[in-house]
This record gives sequence, C-alpha cells and structure tokens, in this order.
Amino acid sequence: MNLNTLWAYANPKKFIQTTDRVLPWVAGLAALALVLGLIWGFFFTPEDYRQGSTVKIIYLHVPSALMAINAWLMMLVTSLVWIVRRHHVSALAARAAAPVGMVMTVIALITGAIWGQPMWGTWWAWDPRLTSFLILFLFYLGYIALWEAIENDDTAADLTSILCLVGSVFALLSRYAVNFWNQGLHQGASLSLDKEENVADVFWYPLLVCIAGFVLLFVALVLLRTRTEIRARRMRVLLARERMGA
Amino acid sequence: MPDLGKYAEAVLSSYAISIAIIIGLIVVSVMRANRVNKQLQEIENKVKNNG
Repeated sequence: MNLNTLWAYANPKKFIQTTDRVLPWVAGLAALALVLGLIWGFFFTPEDYRQGSTVKIIYLHVPSALMAINAWLMMLVTSLVWIVRRHHVSALAARAAAPVGMVMTVIALITGAIWGQPMWGTWWAWDPRLTSFLILFLFYLGYIALWEAIENDDTAADLTSILCLVGSVFALLSRYAVNFWNQGLHQGASLSLDKEENVADVFWYPLLVCIAGFVLLFVALVLLRTRTEIRARRMRVLLARERMGA
Repeated sequence: MPDLGKYAEAVLSSYAISIAIIIGLIVVSVMRANRVNKQLQEIENKVKNNG
C-alpha cells in the first residue's frame, strides 16, 4: 500500500465503507484471542516459584500497560497527521483512542497495585514507572476533558494535538523508566528481544496471545469509536447549518 | 478451577475488575455508536424532507 492509497482513508465516507467490512473481523479475532489467551493463562499455566499464582496477573497487566503507552503513541501519530495534513478523520481517530488508552492505563494501574500488595508489601510506591504511569493517566484525563471543553472541532483538534505532543514525553518515560532509573521497585521490562531472560516459554506463549487480543481489541474499539466520532461531527455540522438557515 | 493458594483473592479480583472494565468500555462504545447513528439518520431524513 503506497502513501496515496493510505490518504484515501482520510475521506470519512471511504473510512466508514472500509470499516464496515473490516470491523466484524477485527472484533471477532479480538474476542477469540482474548478468550483463548486468558483461559490459557488462567487455567493452564503453572505457578511461578517466586510469585506463586500472582504470575497469572501478567496476562492482564502486561498487555494493558503495553496498550496504554502504544495508544498514546498512536494518538501522537494521528495528531501529527492532523497538524500537518488537516485530515479530520485522523484527529477524530486520536479522540476515539483516548478513552480506550485511558481504560488500559487504569487496568494496568489496578492490576499492578493488586499484584504489588502481596509481592512488594505495598499497593503503591512512588517508583519511576508507577509514577510516570499515573501521570500518563492524568494526561489521558486532561486530553479527554480538553476535547469536551471546546465547542469548535478544529480548535479542539489543534489544542489536543499539542497536548498529545507534550504527553508523549510521559508515554515514552513510562516505557523506558525502568531503564533510566534503578532505584524503583518495578522490575525490568517483561518484553524484550532477549525475552528468554525475563519470561519462561510456559508463560510467554499465552502472554503473546493475550497481547494480540489486547491489540486487536484496541484496533476494533478505535475503529468503532472513530466511526461514531465521524457521524457525531457530521451531525454537529448539519445542526449548525440548520440553525444558520433558520 | 486452578488452585490459586493464598493469592486467590488478588488473582481473582484482578481478573474480575479488568474484565468488568473492558466489558463496560465495549458496552458504552457500542451503545454510543448506535445512538449517534440513529440520531444522524433522523437529522439527515429531516434535512432531506426540508429540501
């Protein structure tokens, strides 16, 4: 697919026509991968010799943390496309992704706290990764609130895009905090190219299926919510035209 | 049901809370999609009828 073909999806009508066909497949695959991955992880993996059965929490915590960061990075790309090319669909895709990313951040924070209590002896620590994740959550809240607070869609897209650029620092910080600072409680990244050092195969394969499920769920929800945002925007335009004509 | 030992509460509450939040997000997204779609159709029909 060349770049010109890609820009065709910036046309709202083309986007809706294409997602009409794609969305059921993505949603079905997401459901399949999530159910398979979570059942595999929960029922058919052993206890870890150090973490006991709490190791089963990684099938929720790792994929949701991964998507919390990557959702913001997806918003960064679509915000940049808005700033440079002024395609409404890309701004609306960023708006659609924000609540999904925020929910992923909440799941990562909650499951991390529940895991941390028995393992670290505390629900929360002002550890670099935990703190940067909390700040990322606040950025999501601010981003969503800013979209809601501004009536003019283009102005809202401009300002939220700038906020997204600033928040990207914390999204990247959340990802790499464990590498920058050694004083935190949070262990090193569970996912890396040398994964053998971090996660044994018996936990790794169901984790990969769960990650695929979370990625597909994110894509399905963003497509669905972007379609909704496109229709809501058209509705606002029609109502504004009607008011002006009256 | 696997034997979760002394961490059963932590593991089960993690799954229960996360699955509930995900289902909530899906339900809210689908309901809003249907509501907006219906409203848009009504407005488009109204605009069409008014010429």
